[in-house]
Amino acid sequence: MEFTVLAQAIVNGLLMGGLYALISIGLTLIFGVMRIINFAHGDLMMLAMYITYWMFTLYGIDPFISLLMTIPTLFVIGIVIQKFLINRVLEAPPASQMFLTLGVMLIAQNVALLIWKADYRAIRTYYTGSVVNLSGVFVSIPRVVSFSISIILTCILYVFLTRTKSGRAMRATAQNREVASLMGVNISRIYTLAFGIGTACVGAAGTLLSTFYYISPTVGTVFTLTAFLTVVLGGMGSFTGALFGGLIVGLAESLGTVYTATQYRELITFILFIFILLLKPSGLFGKSRV
Amino acid sequence: MKIKTLNNIFCPKLYLPLIFVLILVAIPYITSNSYILHLIIMMLFYAVLSGAWNILGGFAGQFSLGHAAFFGLGAYTSTLLFISRKISPWLGMFVGGGFAVISSLIIGFLCFRLRGHFFSLVTIAFSEVLRLLFLNWSSLTGGPVGLLVPLLGNSPIYFQFSSRKPYYFILLVMLLILVFFSYKIRKSQMGLFFLSIREDEVAAQSLGINILKYKLIALSISVFFIAIAGTFYAQYILFLHPDSAMSLNFSVEIALPSIIGGMGTIWGPVVGSFILTPISEFIRALLGGGYAGVYLIIHGGILILTVLLVPSGVTEKIIKYYESVLKKMPGGRNH
Repeated sequence: MEFTVLAQAIVNGLLMGGLYALISIGLTLIFGVMRIINFAHGDLMMLAMYITYWMFTLYGIDPFISLLMTIPTLFVIGIVIQKFLINRVLEAPPASQMFLTLGVMLIAQNVALLIWKADYRAIRTYYTGSVVNLSGVFVSIPRVVSFSISIILTCILYVFLTRTKSGRAMRATAQNREVASLMGVNISRIYTLAFGIGTACVGAAGTLLSTFYYISPTVGTVFTLTAFLTVVLGGMGSFTGALFGGLIVGLAESLGTVYTATQYRELITFILFIFILLLKPSGLFGKSRV
Repeated sequence: MKIKTLNNIFCPKLYLPLIFVLILVAIPYITSNSYILHLIIMMLFYAVLSGAWNILGGFAGQFSLGHAAFFGLGAYTSTLLFISRKISPWLGMFVGGGFAVISSLIIGFLCFRLRGHFFSLVTIAFSEVLRLLFLNWSSLTGGPVGLLVPLLGNSPIYFQFSSRKPYYFILLVMLLILVFFSYKIRKSQMGLFFLSIREDEVAAQSLGINILKYKLIALSISVFFIAIAGTFYAQYILFLHPDSAMSLNFSVEIALPSIIGGMGTIWGPVVGSFILTPISEFIRALLGGGYAGVYLIIHGGILILTVLLVPSGVTEKIIKYYESVLKKMPGGRNH
């Protein structure tokens, strides 16, 4: 194996891993605060990808600019889903919660299929193919920018969670709902906020991803599972775990495809998922509740 | 009292299901309208699929979202044996069922240590792995092109018929066997073990129930029926594609009638399928092939409404009404 090929795989893996981190942080936030597993997570990302695609195709709005649109839109979608659906099953058995989000998944995927058809689409901007050559390793500009924005958003979220009153209340609720409630935290407001922020994260990730990834109605499923994989790896509900888990999964996938073939990327993700769940269900950092 | 009443043929509790079955038997003799027969075939088909899922999901409480993989395994096994070795799907059906059971035992052995959501997630992962393998293994499965089942015309030995009637009766028999099986399991000690695993795994284990063993039994019964239904599908539709027969959407469709009809009940999957399938078939007929996913949007909506409004499924409500009707039926008062 040539060194540049390996270096290339590592660079690509880490750049993708940054996006996985953002997606997974959204998922882990929702799980950590509400103990809800959102099966529609990747499909909400798919919606953001389509919004970005149409904003670019119809109005020529740059994908990175449409972040300003997708983040609030997905935040609102998240709040609506939480208020009208999730809120009603918080006390229901886990199976009901799972089926509810599966229902959302079915609707999101098939509405997308109905409106936009099964065609694979891609956004072609003037910078889509642009790369920087670092002594034989080609670094794609949109990937670097996406990675950077994703890390910046992660940092903003981290500051929000640790430095603001709402963020602290959210973490308190994640730790112990009853006690937080006794301390005067408005639990239902925190739930709404957490779900909104969680879907806004995945919305941002969708927009960033669409600058270099294909878009299709079923693109979400593999990302839902990747996010679960990452979250399990990093420990359910753990913020830093999701961040590092994302980078590790990105790397593992990228190195895996170097040694096999590109069309096996999804296959590698799923096999990785099975292995991690079976061999290390407590996660690398040992905080999981599997 | 309830058991005694079942011995009496004049009890409505027994003769109403019998009438229901008799009506189903009579339908092909009343109408030869091929669309109506197709509609009822699909209703029976999803009832079989979901009834099989219900043994694992409803009785034992293990929500698999990867049953499409076993369906595909059954369908592809019998079809490939048919194409390459000229083995009749009647035999291939059981080979496929055997493959499905063996692979499910391996997967179950590995995955049953996971509980709740994580079991569901790992079943999705397994079925996606299988789907992608079938999609990429073109030399064997035809890959993304799909697999056409050779058309032989009317040849009962090779599980092919020129009219819909035989397909109809094959499925009806399958469904009756499955319902009978479910009933027997429900009444057996094993059924109680399944139930105890569903309700409280830790407590069941502390009472000395071998949890892994009974989960594996539930899984293998469930996938055996699913794989057999897979062969039926291949012989009826005569076309297989990994993206339709083995997709996550299809796995959800398998589970859906049970969830809506009522998980863990014997008639829940049948009721669920008899509600859902006509809706999806009518939408398909109305809108045509261009709007492939519309019925899934409606299914998603019904799923959400069921979870929010009747979490235990609609069959419970129907049974309550049914029992009040029973009392008014001839013979009902005496029992």
